[in-house]
Amino acid sequence: MSFNATRPTLLAAPGVAWLVAFMVVPCLLVLSYAFFQRGVWGGVEYTFTLENFARVADPLYAKIFLNSARIALTATVVAILIAYPAAYAISRAPRMTQPILLFFAVLPFWSNYLIRTYAWIVLLNREGLINNLLRALGYTGEPLSMLYTESAVITGLVYNYLPFVILAIYSTLSRLNPELMEASRDLGAGPVRTFLRVTLPLTLPGVAAGGVFVFVLSIGNFVTPALLGGGRFQMVGNLVYDQFLTANDWPFGAALGAALILTMIVLLLLQARATAHASGERKGEAER
Amino acid sequence: MSAALSRKLPGRIVLVLVFGFLYLPIAVLVLLSFNDSGLPTSWSGFSTRWYGALLANTDILRAAWNTLIVAVFATVISTVLGTLLALGMETRRRKSNGLEALAFAPMVIPDIVLAVALLTFFSRLGLAMGLHTIIISHVIFDLAFVCSVVRARLKHFDFSIVEASRDLGASGWTTFWRITFPVLLPSIVAGALLAFTLSVDEFIIAFFTAGAGRSSITLPMQIYSMIRFGITPEVNALATIVMGVSATALLISQWLNREQQVP
Repeated sequence: MSFNATRPTLLAAPGVAWLVAFMVVPCLLVLSYAFFQRGVWGGVEYTFTLENFARVADPLYAKIFLNSARIALTATVVAILIAYPAAYAISRAPRMTQPILLFFAVLPFWSNYLIRTYAWIVLLNREGLINNLLRALGYTGEPLSMLYTESAVITGLVYNYLPFVILAIYSTLSRLNPELMEASRDLGAGPVRTFLRVTLPLTLPGVAAGGVFVFVLSIGNFVTPALLGGGRFQMVGNLVYDQFLTANDWPFGAALGAALILTMIVLLLLQARATAHASGERKGEAER
Repeated sequence: MSAALSRKLPGRIVLVLVFGFLYLPIAVLVLLSFNDSGLPTSWSGFSTRWYGALLANTDILRAAWNTLIVAVFATVISTVLGTLLALGMETRRRKSNGLEALAFAPMVIPDIVLAVALLTFFSRLGLAMGLHTIIISHVIFDLAFVCSVVRARLKHFDFSIVEASRDLGASGWTTFWRITFPVLLPSIVAGALLAFTLSVDEFIIAFFTAGAGRSSITLPMQIYSMIRFGITPEVNALATIVMGVSATALLISQWLNREQQVP
């Protein structure tokens, strides 16, 4: 092989250097800020303290953390409930059309997040499309105020992250051995039972992967609550935003960011364990 | 026939509903951008006046120019670094978990966290922020995506043709440009197009690393300030153009990637 032992290292070096210098080092730096005090005039005073982390657990902020976790969890559950049937339907489509369907399901995900959120302002506004449709259909009451509600925020989050959940669930569904389902049917289980006892458990890793993704991105979001919640709903993302750009309390903002990353790591580890568990089970069953 | 149809029907209904949910809001925006009144209240005739208004808006033109500069530079840098990283990672004898995590992290880290980390980093260094700091920041996730697209291609790459080329006396350099590069080219272009769209559409990190002042505002930042307080008809036209550009780039990227999966 023309690639000797040192060449791979040389090839990877520039990219690795970029990621270390501009991702790893900044993340460690901001994490270190979480252990310092806020200066009197904004800024950072380099005195060690754990106060910032204590403040994250303060009832005021813990409440925002829990509330945004609740909103994020609702968005996650709704997204999974919509994505699963969609992914299932795609996996049942003719083999040739599956990649096309999947591509168009994921396409919106790569396009502009702000525009996709803005589209819902157009739909939900008091002067928006849905209220106009209602009026055209003969509704005469006050226009519904759907924008700037918690449901609007949840709708926006689901809409934006749905493509990824479809992709994650589809990827486990498409790898499923159809003989397993046939075997279940041959052994007398009905379609519902086959789905609940065979298909669903085997695709849980995909559900978990998609779910973790929606949850983490939702809880750290600040754009959707600002645009569709009218600033009335604070997510952890909004808190971080405020500490850095308005309150000028970087150490506390850093502690909040650290809490966010920690949440993500814990969830990813749990998901990895669940996946390993599921595949281990499958292996065990095959051996028996 | 009818039994087959009734078996397929629920799936069809689900697909129509989900694709309707995904695409109707976008379709409404596109349609509205051609509405003379610009408002969703009534259709007052087909018009391209809002597109004309965009061209007359110097703020938007400047933001579009800034976005183009950022996206082009970030794409070029990340395509080179991402491709080299992919080659390095796929030709290693042993898989390194640390390296895998490093290349994966930019794709999963919440953007707000990376954004505040970069803001802290650049201001700690005392670096004046502007388009250059946005470019540096965008390269981080762009290169991770380029790397993953190129690696997917390398997984199917038959390294024995590289050996054959060397055995026949070609130098490492010649082998790369005559053998490896042409085989990888579709995936490199696909990765570059993906990086370009990601960069054009990225808002949060750009917002935090652009620095103060209006001189380095990008299109997503411009859009954010326009839509914060409700509907602006010009945004519909701008949104239609931006989504058109993204969709085109992604379609080409996907097409290039499909071609290569055939052999």
